[in-house]
Amino acid sequence: MTKVHVDMNLCQSHGECTYVAPEIFELGDDDVLVWKEEVDPSLREKAREAADVCPMLAIRVEE
Amino acid sequence: MARPIVIVGASLAGLRAAQALRNGGHEGEVILVGAEAHAPYTRPPLSKELLAGVQEPEQAALPGGKVDVEWRLGTTATALDLERRQITFEDGERLTYGKLLIATGARPRRWPGDPIGLDGIFMLRDLDDALALRAAFATGPRLAVVGAGFIGCEVAATARKLGLDVTLIDIAPQPMTALGPAVGARCAELHRAHGVELRLGAGVDGFEGDGRLEAVRLADGTSVDADVAVVALGAVPNTDWLADSGLELQPGVVCDATLAARDAEDVFCAGDAAAWPHPMAEGGVIRIEHWTNAAEQGPAAARNLLAAPAQRTPYAAVPYFWSDQYDLKIQVVGLAGQAQRMRVLEAAPDGGRLVLGGERDGRLVAAVGFNAPRRLPFYRGRLAGMPPIEDVIAAVAADEKALGDPAGATVPA
Repeated sequence: MTKVHVDMNLCQSHGECTYVAPEIFELGDDDVLVWKEEVDPSLREKAREAADVCPMLAIRVEE
Repeated sequence: MARPIVIVGASLAGLRAAQALRNGGHEGEVILVGAEAHAPYTRPPLSKELLAGVQEPEQAALPGGKVDVEWRLGTTATALDLERRQITFEDGERLTYGKLLIATGARPRRWPGDPIGLDGIFMLRDLDDALALRAAFATGPRLAVVGAGFIGCEVAATARKLGLDVTLIDIAPQPMTALGPAVGARCAELHRAHGVELRLGAGVDGFEGDGRLEAVRLADGTSVDADVAVVALGAVPNTDWLADSGLELQPGVVCDATLAARDAEDVFCAGDAAAWPHPMAEGGVIRIEHWTNAAEQGPAAARNLLAAPAQRTPYAAVPYFWSDQYDLKIQVVGLAGQAQRMRVLEAAPDGGRLVLGGERDGRLVAAVGFNAPRRLPFYRGRLAGMPPIEDVIAAVAADEKALGDPAGATVPA
């Protein structure tokens, strides 16, 4: 499995990750981000893409 | 031996381009040249968290700043010779490239009378600017912000959070004028509510003081007492060094849809310095001075640089940018600058969260969210097709996740 970390001290709910990888990320109630911390390796590229577009650089994808 | 790929510009677009070259399997020589001495960093905090002192420069470092290429920081390019494929640098040194990616970004537009010759006048673009302004803020000055665009408004908001007296000045009748009066009026109200003195529709004649700034003189004969002024008049692309190159400048480097410079071989451009024909611009070229564009265009240009011409992909992402002011997050997707008017398409009952749609010739070309991040994907997915605004209104009405029935007021943009 691929691990997805989000630093919630940095996240400001832009929602960019929810747009490029809705399978992993979602803005929940009060616009707070919820995400899957472990995803199938087939989603690794999408997770990386989400990390790249995060304006707060809050997402890290473990190899 | 194959000549290197040279990337001129080592901020977000340039760094991401270098990473994309390596991720794309390019093992040959890559030289990444940056004018600033700092390793690449992210700029959005410079007007917000870093300026406020709640973030330090190390936290603004861009991840992957150690990508395995040859780095030449603190090196400014001054000329380009397309025929010889040569870049000239400030120190007179020359570098021959096989392929070139231009990512030199933009710089703040200077006050016409610059240098003003007074201490206490600042512009904000790079890390050193932000740290200098932060140090000035620590002395508790009266602040005048000249220019109420994105940077001006964000600096004003940060300064108010720090408790400074702030006057926000613009010749336009509203702040954030690029987003039209419907958004501008709301921003004006927001700043007023937070104690900012607004001087709108007010031209600036000059700056007064004896060695140090004492006041900003307005065209109506009044003046604003200030110890510190931030001049925030927008940005101009760093393409002066290309003036004699033969590249078409507008003033961004004019590219084709795949970010290849027009009428030049093996030259690509990305980020603030690139002008390219976005499909939503319907034949015109656009230039975008925002984070997400640099982050995505750098890699896109790099991939096209590696590809054979027939395999290149047009860059057509729907632009996104944002601005944080106080507790308001403004998010914009699409081409707000091309909207003829904006109207509220949905709003929460308390009015705190809403989405405005920007339309041109009856079609949706932009959406502006006020604290409405969950609603943005709805619009973003539709914007590429520029649907009739009436279809969008119907889709919003049918969407149970919409914020609520809008007041319906249509405001000219």
